[in-house]
Amino acid sequence: MIQLSNISFAYSKGRPVLENLDLVLQAGHIYGLLGLNGAGKSSLLYQIAGLLFPDHGTARVLGMEPAQRSIEFLQSVYLLPEQSAASSLSAISYAAVHGAFYPAFDQEHFSLLLKQFDVDPRRPLDAMSYGQAKKAMIAFAIATRVRIILMDEPTNGLDIPSKRQFRKVIAGALQEDQLMVISTHQVRDLDNLIDYLLVLKDRNVILNASADHITSRILFRNTMDPQQEAGLLYAEGGLKGYAVLLKNTHGHDSKLDTETFFNALLTEKEAVLAVLNQNPTNHGILA
Amino acid sequence: MDFKDQQAIYLQIAEHVGEQILLGRWRDNDKIPSVRELAVALEVNPNTVMRAYEHLQQVHIIFTKRGMGYFVADNAMQQLRKIRKEQFMTDELPLLLRKIALMNIDFNDIEQAWKSYQETFQKEQNEKK
Repeated sequence: MIQLSNISFAYSKGRPVLENLDLVLQAGHIYGLLGLNGAGKSSLLYQIAGLLFPDHGTARVLGMEPAQRSIEFLQSVYLLPEQSAASSLSAISYAAVHGAFYPAFDQEHFSLLLKQFDVDPRRPLDAMSYGQAKKAMIAFAIATRVRIILMDEPTNGLDIPSKRQFRKVIAGALQEDQLMVISTHQVRDLDNLIDYLLVLKDRNVILNASADHITSRILFRNTMDPQQEAGLLYAEGGLKGYAVLLKNTHGHDSKLDTETFFNALLTEKEAVLAVLNQNPTNHGILA
Repeated sequence: MDFKDQQAIYLQIAEHVGEQILLGRWRDNDKIPSVRELAVALEVNPNTVMRAYEHLQQVHIIFTKRGMGYFVADNAMQQLRKIRKEQFMTDELPLLLRKIALMNIDFNDIEQAWKSYQETFQKEQNEKK
């Protein structure tokens, strides 16, 4: 559905943000895009949305080139930026004006979402608090019913009940022919919502894997004594012991701890990637 | 629903469904929530719920009618008890026995505790009815 090949991009010469980046994303999934501040998460989303153009390489999204910004393309992709320009329109008027650009825009669903998010549909967006306006825009993004929804830090600025409502809305919205990419640095907000993990580091996507694949190779566990554990990849200490990543040699099912996993990837990148990319048949014989 | 820290989410969802059946809330041939409904209720990815439902189908707890959704299988409760019992015997009981051995607990004390527990359990059950 989305295919980026060998993409490089720099805002200023000699300082690339993305370099020789390859990425394939498929429909029916919610991708969590993780990376440190300044890693290029937004730049990557903007490349997909056709708001930034690559210096090198090619992008294909739904068979189209984003940089061409064809009408059909613009009708099929929605990007919710981290900060939207405040509009003096009410949510309802905003939807009437901007919804017209999206052929499948669902007015009824939009109203329902506003209600679920506890947003007053008649109040001007620029008179709302940051969080309320953000929820209105999230509702709009979902209601466009476009095939590709890209959200840049959507949970930033949401209070705890709203984050919860956000998860419910997203879980209920995803269609089989639809794809969502949600960038975040607050992994815990989305823990059970994303089924694919993208990690951006050193100007490239170093990881594009399903949560199932990760837990099939890596065992997540809490322990008092990491040194006792066989196949230790990474350990992180806390008051109640250690969260550890182990090689999953016996095919145990465990729960992906996204935050610990992300930290492990940053500090033990080579070792963690080696386990994830290992050929499964060799794995069985050698282990 | 609060998810536990270490068990895979799809297994925890499967357990949640099993719990509803064991509690008698969902009976044989009842329609259970759709993948989407349960995903919303539990705030999880619908693909994860799908995996849980596939798992439950494999162990004959639920079945699907094409285009109509998922239903509780005949004798799901017996089947669940059987699975849980096996789990208990292989996973939980050994831990318990180890503690009993380590602390040198007299088995008569255990029996006594079991008997008094049975009484309160029976009372609870009767009150529910």
